[in-house]
Amino acid sequence: MIKLDKVSKTYEAGVQAVRDLSLHIMPGEFVFVVGDSGSGKSTLIKLLLKELTPTSGRIVVNGKDLAGVKHKQIPEYRRKIGVVFQDFRLLQDRNVYDNVAFAMRVVDSAPREIKKRVPHVLSLVGLQPKYRALPKQLSGGEQQRVAIARALVNNPKIILADEPTGNLDGNNAWEIMRLLDEINQRGTTVVVVTHNMEIVRSMRKRVITIKKGMVTGDEEGM
Amino acid sequence: MRLSSLLYNFKQGLLNIWRNKMFSLASIATMTACIFLFGVFYSIGINFNSMVKAAEEGVAVTVYFEENCSQDIIDAIGKAIESRPEVLRYKFVSADDAWASFQQEYLGDEHASVAESFADDNPLADAANYEIYLNDVSKQTALVDFLYEQDGVREVHQSEDVARTLTDFNKLISGISVGVIIILIAVAVFLINNTVTVGISVRSEEIAIMKYIGAKDAFVRAPFLVEGVTIGAIGSIIPLVLMYFLYSSIMNYVAGRFSALGSMFTFVPIADVFKVLLPVSMVLGLGIGFIGSRLTIIRHLKV
Ligand SMILES: Nc1ncnc2c1ncn2[C@@H]1O[C@H](COP(=O)(O)OP(=O)(O)OP(=O)(O)O)[C@@H](O)[C@H]1O
Ligand SMILES: [Mg+2]
Repeated sequence: MIKLDKVSKTYEAGVQAVRDLSLHIMPGEFVFVVGDSGSGKSTLIKLLLKELTPTSGRIVVNGKDLAGVKHKQIPEYRRKIGVVFQDFRLLQDRNVYDNVAFAMRVVDSAPREIKKRVPHVLSLVGLQPKYRALPKQLSGGEQQRVAIARALVNNPKIILADEPTGNLDGNNAWEIMRLLDEINQRGTTVVVVTHNMEIVRSMRKRVITIKKGMVTGDEEGM
Repeated sequence: MRLSSLLYNFKQGLLNIWRNKMFSLASIATMTACIFLFGVFYSIGINFNSMVKAAEEGVAVTVYFEENCSQDIIDAIGKAIESRPEVLRYKFVSADDAWASFQQEYLGDEHASVAESFADDNPLADAANYEIYLNDVSKQTALVDFLYEQDGVREVHQSEDVARTLTDFNKLISGISVGVIIILIAVAVFLINNTVTVGISVRSEEIAIMKYIGAKDAFVRAPFLVEGVTIGAIGSIIPLVLMYFLYSSIMNYVAGRFSALGSMFTFVPIADVFKVLLPVSMVLGLGIGFIGSRLTIIRHLKV
């Protein structure tokens, strides 16, 4: 599903954020990626989104070598990947329903499908009753659930979450992780970057540790 | 893009204009000024042209012959006139014709008796002439010089330089108007540029999200093109409506006040003015809007 082969990324400033990194994530896996601040986790996510191109090495996602994905094909490629960020990135001037529907609109979905799919996804994340609320009227946990619904609505094969609980308190963090786990149970591959070691330890998933751009640990949860 | 997406992007484009009212208004105002001025200059131009044409039709160069000039020489002068490209048409006016038209023009019916007193003794015996009409008044002086060089030519009269003055004035007006319009187009493109740039920066977060979700370039760009083109459209419709009312009211005013001036102030019908003004203004407006936003999108929206 996701395969990196000796991938390096050096920023223009000369910072080598990822070095010779190889890893393999199978379809249907739930993987935590942990590591100190500045170890290159976000850079890894950006490489997977083809927001950045590796300086060297090969990345294959969904059976596609990213080197062969041309600029024009990037949108099509990204539609198969849902992204969730620490800061939610919701559109503040639109309500819950429109934030989720937005993801379908911008990929040119039929209005009929949008009307069917959005309520379904909102009920999956437990936010159907609040579909008319604006982001600022929701708690952090609720906002992140809207973001997850938005990532999910186009039926991606993979969900990439970069510190999805970074802005949330313990309870809300747990709820979000459980939700991502639930989504994974339904067959979506999930990669979660996090600092929350307490949750990582108790969820017993595969954990990839990155240090200075290199994989220093990769273990199945026990 | 499906219809619902087009409508969505259209709505977003209009929303950009609304959210960004001050800039949008400045752009629309400049566009309006630009196209309104274009309309004014064009209307003045087209009316001057028609006046010049009317004047040109009345302008004639008259060639008188030396006394007792033989028919051969007169014919030769006729040939020489015919050889000139600037001559539209010419006609021979005999002394009798000249006398007849003089009587009609200046003496009228009441003075028939005056005319009769001359009986067969034509007072204009020397007035036989060629009346020459030009297709280009600016060549008048050259023609007159040419005619003086011909044998048997006693005198050449040229009519007043009204037409020529009009032509020069016309050139001046078009020169000024082209200059002003080019400046205004540049200002309009600049302002639309700024407007769309502000629109893009206001929506930068939204654009970033769209790209993560997998929106195609065209989809990300569409609202900003709609924004520019709509500003262009509004900026050309307003001046066209203004021009329509201004033109018809001036036409009515002049017709009411100066009817005595007669044919000198016959306006070109409004339909004829708008036959050109409408499409040109719309193309100008939409074009400026499109180019203005397109330039900005290329520069600021690297998708
Ligand atoms: N655009 C950039 N230009 C130059 N250097 C960068 C850029 N983005 C990140 N870096 C550097 O690359 C290294 C890895 O950054 P990255 O954001 O991937 O770390 P991270 O593991 O996500 O950290 P955190 O846990 O704090 O989010 C850091 O040293 C960072 O300063
Ligand atoms: Mg990071």
